[in-house]
Amino acid sequence: MEPFAGTPSREEMLAALEKRQGVEAVRKLQAATVAVCGLGGLGSNIAISLARAGVGKLILVDFDCVDVTNLHRQQYKACQVGLPKPEALLANLKEIAPYTEFETHFEKVTEENAAGLLAKADVVCEAFDNAEAKAMLVNAVLETMPEKFLVAASGMAGFDSGNEIATRKVTKRFYVCGDGKSDVNDGIGLIAPRVMLCAAHQALTVIRLVLGLE
Amino acid sequence: MGLWLQKWGLGGCLFFIFAHMLTVNGQSVDAAGKTVAEYLAEAGYNTVRIAVERNEEIVPKTKYAETVLADGDVVEVVNFVGGG
Repeated sequence: MEPFAGTPSREEMLAALEKRQGVEAVRKLQAATVAVCGLGGLGSNIAISLARAGVGKLILVDFDCVDVTNLHRQQYKACQVGLPKPEALLANLKEIAPYTEFETHFEKVTEENAAGLLAKADVVCEAFDNAEAKAMLVNAVLETMPEKFLVAASGMAGFDSGNEIATRKVTKRFYVCGDGKSDVNDGIGLIAPRVMLCAAHQALTVIRLVLGLE
Repeated sequence: MGLWLQKWGLGGCLFFIFAHMLTVNGQSVDAAGKTVAEYLAEAGYNTVRIAVERNEEIVPKTKYAETVLADGDVVEVVNFVGGG
């Protein structure tokens, strides 16, 4: 896809990033590859934050298509309902960060394919909505990819205070963001800002890990 | 108590108090000698929704039944809930 008319050049965008984030931070972020597994309320927001921050390469994985019930909290447009999420998010990301490298996979992450899909990632974000899928991915990464950093999420449903969303360092390479308890299956709903808070915790943790601040 | 302390000393007393204790999610738990599977069942965890770290190492799900918890272990059980 060609950049839109008036899109700043790669050099202009990098110079602007360096001005805001510092030369050294931008160099480290540009060299990083981050995988985002699940492109819903968490993953779509994480991916946009990381692309804006200058992460060099994003691997985006989801098996789902954009649904009208996603639009209240996920970074898709009404005109994208029905499209595969990786394809729709890629289009949106290219408008935001045209020089970032993206790799998309329209498939379900399983114990069998996880190592292949995530091989190039320095950091893996778990951003699924299903609790069992979350546990599956986390166990697969921790058991078979011990060299990677893993940033997962648990508990961002409902309307409770955003101050309960926190980042917990479980081990040196494993972090969990969320309140740890609010379950969407309890019928408490999901509201954009609370999900975005959790996504922001995850994205910031990824950036801190890439910069060696954790 | 005084006589008992005299006989066994403070060390014995502390050993008595802390025997079988380990830490799960920051809380002291009397579970040494139990397997991870036994502890998780007693604590009411659904094992398909969790990840267990013991002393900074993942405990693979296939090892829950054979991994025996020991005094002083530091265990983290991460429980996943739905939503994303």
